[in-house]
Amino acid sequence: MKNNVNRQLDENLMNKLGYQPFQGTDIGNPIKQRVAPKVRISTGNDKLVDSLEDVVKKTVKDGMTISFHHHFRNGDFVFNKVMRIIIDLGIKGLTLAPSSLTGVMNELVIEGIKKGTITNITSSGMRGSLGDFISHGNLENPVIFRSHGGRARAIENGEIKIDVAFLGVPNADRLGNANGRFGDAVFGSLGYALMDAQYADQVVLITDNVVPYPNTPASIKQTQVDYVVKIDQVGDPDKIGSGATRFTKDPKELKIAEMVNKVIVNSPYFKNDFSFQTGSGGAALAVTRYLRQSMIDAGVKASFALGGITKPTTDLLKEGLVRRVMDVQDFDKGAADSMHSNPNQQEIDASWYADADNKGAMVDQLDVVILSALEIDTKFNVNVMTGSDGIIRGAIGGHQDAATAKLTIICAPLVRGRIATVTPDVTTVVTPGDSVDVLVTEVGIAVNPKRKDLVSILSKVKGLPLYSIEELQQLAEKQVGTSKKLEYHDKVVALIEYRDGSIIDQVKQIKD
Amino acid sequence: MTQAIDNERLRRTMMFVPGNNPAMLKDAGIYGADSIMFDLEDAVSLTEKDAARILVYEALTHVDYGKAEKVVRINGLDTPFYQEDIKAMVKAKVDVIRLPKVESAAMMKELEELVSVAEKEFNVAPGSIHLMAAIESAKGVLNAPEIAAASNRMIGIALSAEDYTTDMKTHRYPDGTELEFARNMVLHAARAAGIAAFDTVFTDMNDTEGFYRETKHIHQLGFDGKSLVNPRQIAMVNQVYEPSEKEINQAVEVINAIKEAKVKGSGVISLNGQMVDRPVALRAQRVIKLAEASNLLDEEGNYIEK
Repeated sequence: MKNNVNRQLDENLMNKLGYQPFQGTDIGNPIKQRVAPKVRISTGNDKLVDSLEDVVKKTVKDGMTISFHHHFRNGDFVFNKVMRIIIDLGIKGLTLAPSSLTGVMNELVIEGIKKGTITNITSSGMRGSLGDFISHGNLENPVIFRSHGGRARAIENGEIKIDVAFLGVPNADRLGNANGRFGDAVFGSLGYALMDAQYADQVVLITDNVVPYPNTPASIKQTQVDYVVKIDQVGDPDKIGSGATRFTKDPKELKIAEMVNKVIVNSPYFKNDFSFQTGSGGAALAVTRYLRQSMIDAGVKASFALGGITKPTTDLLKEGLVRRVMDVQDFDKGAADSMHSNPNQQEIDASWYADADNKGAMVDQLDVVILSALEIDTKFNVNVMTGSDGIIRGAIGGHQDAATAKLTIICAPLVRGRIATVTPDVTTVVTPGDSVDVLVTEVGIAVNPKRKDLVSILSKVKGLPLYSIEELQQLAEKQVGTSKKLEYHDKVVALIEYRDGSIIDQVKQIKD
Repeated sequence: MTQAIDNERLRRTMMFVPGNNPAMLKDAGIYGADSIMFDLEDAVSLTEKDAARILVYEALTHVDYGKAEKVVRINGLDTPFYQEDIKAMVKAKVDVIRLPKVESAAMMKELEELVSVAEKEFNVAPGSIHLMAAIESAKGVLNAPEIAAASNRMIGIALSAEDYTTDMKTHRYPDGTELEFARNMVLHAARAAGIAAFDTVFTDMNDTEGFYRETKHIHQLGFDGKSLVNPRQIAMVNQVYEPSEKEINQAVEVINAIKEAKVKGSGVISLNGQMVDRPVALRAQRVIKLAEASNLLDEEGNYIEK
């Protein structure tokens, strides 16, 4: 079975799991049914408990689906504390459904798989030892990778039915009113965790900071929470995010950023009330600096900035160059701090942010997005999941979702070290080329030929060398040559969902 | 009069690239430097001299550096690497060989001789490899006029302030007073010989203000450009050398007047009743060249509103 981006899919597996192959980026206007969680009735006076183990024993049973958020990133203590207890209790057959998996969680996930505690995983991504472990076929069932919007959709329609959500928060009152903005381990927006709080049958908040009732602003509400567990420390503030994200000094990234800015400024979307999203990568982030100056020079102000937020973006808000920041996640402390001081920085959940099955998501209103890529091919398909060695080492994040913007710019160097970034075919298709408009590399840009309007505009811009994507691929190949084809076993170790829930690609077990 | 044509290429920026750094060698062409100077001398430790020479040779013969002028700073003639460096770079058909620590015309003549021999050995067109000298001492500064005129292959001389200020028993100061004499000597020597003059590097990447101050100063003096240690400095230099809207519009008028005179077959060019003489024509041509390099002209050669 092949899908619309010409990817071979395992037909038996697709049928067994009831999946459809990817057809296209258009979602249309179907009517969908959402699900609702079970509610254990309580007056709220029995929620606060000291023992995490007691709560785990009460809530988690063999075969359940449990979830976590990844807002603490590599400073997360909650995941490992909970998983340690679950593994030691000998619980088996769990589906792990976190918003994403960060490196600090790797070892316990691997241990949980080896001991039969974890038998299924769905996540935005994974890296390091866990990616390597999965890529070598050590989990029987394929991992399901979903975008942030895709996860929200799957939770809403019941494809992910969370039995217990363990959600770490830097503050909570005894009934479970909580936010991500105060306390030692602040991370700002609780965007991804809000889905779990709303749809999980049982919600366990874990905090090191129980504050007087009632706690406001309440991002997670007492009406959603079953237990509040007090532990010593939920996270390491130093590893959650840097104080303030710093601009790259890498001249190549700056060169790419400058060209990205030229593309934006010369596009028809750069006008008052435009909207944009930048990723957290070096070049994508540096665009903010160039864009700021261009906005000042042209007297243009943005209606909103979206997505994962960093201090450079909240600085634009403070300066009045951006009217609202719609914030699903904060990448540094500066952005997190800004959230509780600036009322124009709105916390949004993953559904509001990016869910395709919605009555309108923020990404549907997005004009410009700047995204990165591990690989991009001559069909403009983008891989952000597997390395050129075929090993899982990435995350979809909001890539597929934000790529639906009116102007989607991928920025990537032509080659990384000895590996071509622009290739004839990406190792894994994550975001379809149909939703990508412009590629910016350090030597110049390529425009998706479907965007004749952009080709015509951008070809006239001085200092913006325009190539065909095939020419850029050839330039990369000239620099580093062609690499040997990867060899795989038959086993499918992961499926990549498109944001609508169809399958855009599969990842097979790598042969060493 | 109409023969006044400015054939010199723009040399606003000469970017240093360590010859032993493959990643930087590979990417050196993407930043839009007018000249790229691959360094085999100070940036390379003694144990890596051979490796760097081979690496730079391979880079020059395999990597596309576009329109940039390719310059290699070889090791000095008092080193055991001097002769091998010359041979390898001639064989690679580099545009310019830059000799460090030049103190006399004789040093350039010796280099010229070895380059001629190497051109024959490797079947490189005679005279195609150009030369430049770096002035790094009091003696070099005082001999700058003879050095600049030492060979027909000379395209420029550069002041190198680190060694020079040590030789002068001082060091670099923010206001650059200690370099005034050397800068003017080097510049006059270059202009008298009809070659390019390059100012010294500015190494403190965090002092943007100081960099602009120094660059504006040497631009005012008349230097062609500056040696640079970081690609991020390229845009800053280009900005200083960017002509103003008024300068561009005047230059466009002068160029149009020259064209008009050519069409009419008139030997005398006039603009608004004034005669356009040779210096005015040359300056106009240079302004247009700078404006084109800064992407400030449209297809018809008119100023693009920023």
